[in-house]
Amino acid sequence: MSTLEIKDLHVSIETEQGTKEILKGVSLTIKTGETHAIMGPNGSGKSTLASTIAGHPRYNVTRGTITLDGEDVLAMSVDQRARAGVFLAMQYPVEVPGVTMTNFLRTAKTAIDGEAPALRTWTKDVKAAMQQLRIDADFAQRNVNEGFSGGEKKRVEILQLELFKPKFAVLDETDSGLDVDALKVVSEGVNRAHATGNMGTLLITHYTRILRYIKPDFVHVFVDGQVVEEGGPELADRLEEEGYDRYAKGAGAATIAAAAAAQA
Amino acid sequence: MTEITTEKARIGAPSAQPFIDGFTEEGENLSPLNSGTATSTAPEKAPSAGPLAGASAKSHSHGGGVGIPDSSRAGRLTSYKLADFKPLTGLEEDWRFTPLKRLRGLHTEVLSGTAPSVDVTAPAGVVVETVGRDDRRIGSAAIPEDRVSANAWENFTEATVITVAAELQLDGEVSVLLTGTSTEASAQHIVIVAERFSKSRIVLDHQGSAIVSENVEILVEDGAELTVISLQEWNDDAVHASSQQAKLGRDAKFKHIVVSLGGDVVRMTPSTRFTAPGAEAEMFGLYFADAGQHLEQRLFVDHAVANCKSNVLYKGALQGRNAHTVWVGDVLIRKEAEGTDTYEANRNLVLTDGARADSVPNLEIETGLIEGAGHASATGRFDDEHLFYLMARGIPEDVARRLVVRGFLNEIIQQIKVPALEERLTEAVERELAASDN
Repeated sequence: MSTLEIKDLHVSIETEQGTKEILKGVSLTIKTGETHAIMGPNGSGKSTLASTIAGHPRYNVTRGTITLDGEDVLAMSVDQRARAGVFLAMQYPVEVPGVTMTNFLRTAKTAIDGEAPALRTWTKDVKAAMQQLRIDADFAQRNVNEGFSGGEKKRVEILQLELFKPKFAVLDETDSGLDVDALKVVSEGVNRAHATGNMGTLLITHYTRILRYIKPDFVHVFVDGQVVEEGGPELADRLEEEGYDRYAKGAGAATIAAAAAAQA
Repeated sequence: MTEITTEKARIGAPSAQPFIDGFTEEGENLSPLNSGTATSTAPEKAPSAGPLAGASAKSHSHGGGVGIPDSSRAGRLTSYKLADFKPLTGLEEDWRFTPLKRLRGLHTEVLSGTAPSVDVTAPAGVVVETVGRDDRRIGSAAIPEDRVSANAWENFTEATVITVAAELQLDGEVSVLLTGTSTEASAQHIVIVAERFSKSRIVLDHQGSAIVSENVEILVEDGAELTVISLQEWNDDAVHASSQQAKLGRDAKFKHIVVSLGGDVVRMTPSTRFTAPGAEAEMFGLYFADAGQHLEQRLFVDHAVANCKSNVLYKGALQGRNAHTVWVGDVLIRKEAEGTDTYEANRNLVLTDGARADSVPNLEIETGLIEGAGHASATGRFDDEHLFYLMARGIPEDVARRLVVRGFLNEIIQQIKVPALEERLTEAVERELAASDN
């Protein structure tokens, strides 16, 4: 049983206009076996939270802590975090030139486990996992993400999730840009990984669609860098019907008012 | 047929699209190093992100941009006489990327310095001779195509001739160690003759410090199979220009591999000329430029006769401030060369900011009756996002960099097929990487 604990997290980025605070005090605790959905409108800071957990250098933590079973995650380098058991399925996986999928998967697995996987079982595992995610066998010989379609990239992210067996998976809008078939395949992959009982999941999404396939235990609504409402799966149903409008305030409310005026 | 005509028509036409993001239309800008007005803002920005293949390979333009006469590669001046070549200004099409100021006189001085020593280790059946200028084999395969090459031709005093006897099948390779010990501008001349139906592999191993212009003549006779590997592992101060011209007989098979790692300025100009049908040429190259290094390669494949095949692939890595690589690949399919099958590609991997890769694939097609003709160029960048992606999978930074570069360059290294040499080069590449872990 592991615990990923985020406490009072404040994160800012440097922009041309100066420092901009994106996360304004986020607290969240995820335990092994739990699935937490983070939902919110564009620009609410959902992806910032994901990238900050993984350690992307663009994001500066100005206050707060992230710990994994008491260990200070913020003190770890990006690769150390991954080896500690944090996995980020990226929203926009990059194409890595010159490295074949086969080579990449084996190198990463070796780094994460601290030893090279047994060749025979590993090859079999990779093949089986690829098959389940309906990834063509010839992808193994292609360079990482190079020339893959959006949907293929997302499936390859979930392939890694299944092979690397992290303690915590952060899925950053894995559902966006997927058609229904791909969404089902990807969701099945996440559910398989989750069913092992050794993983906690933080599912970040803009839409409720994926929650039909991956059932969250908790739903957190993110607006303007803060959690504004928390609840069980029923909260997702409500969001599906009502959207994010009722959380809007300030500039958001003005926009809504303008939209209403336009409609009238 | 129609398509090919269109292709021909497009040659020389400036493309609206930048060749590589961040680059101007090839041919439009002269190297700032050579521009007389010297507004010399060294390129700070490396070509921006893009995959090494796929989408970016599709967007390309053709040789001979604005300001460059749209002349055929066939029309280039060739002569054994230095006086036939005008002094270089840096504005010439084939010198526009080269930093002439760093050539240390190879284009201006009498090349009377001591040339690198030549030590040949060869299996039995290979004849190695040192000959004078009047030897009948001098000039049998090559004729200078530029001033620096002609300067060497005019000034060399003795040449090394390596002959692989007819029908000899060599197991091991012929090793030619060229060791530079002088930094006076010098001239070198080597002739390689692979006689009929012989099979051999020759390694030209350039080491030490030298300022040298070198002509390598390669004669691949009918039915012969020859691999020439030219390694440039010079010291940091070396300046090396090397014209390596191969002439292929009927059904000959020629493989040429250039590996340039060391030296201040290294300018390789390998060419293959088909003189009879049925021959095949493969030309591979690997280069790794560090901060301040200029590594240039200009290829020419001359399909002058029918039914020959050629395949060109050069891959380069760049890292460090003002690391500069140039690749220009000229493939000419003449009217007579029906049934030609050719492909050329260049891939560059930019590892840090401040490096610059120029890449110009040129394809001239004068007949539509060919099997195939293609060209491609792509320059990709290894940046923080790539690094983040690999590190987010638990891979430490140094391993991540090595993974990318090794994977990228290995495609060329494995063409060498001399295990000891492949190992040596893999290590050399790792050293290059480690050297700029700054």
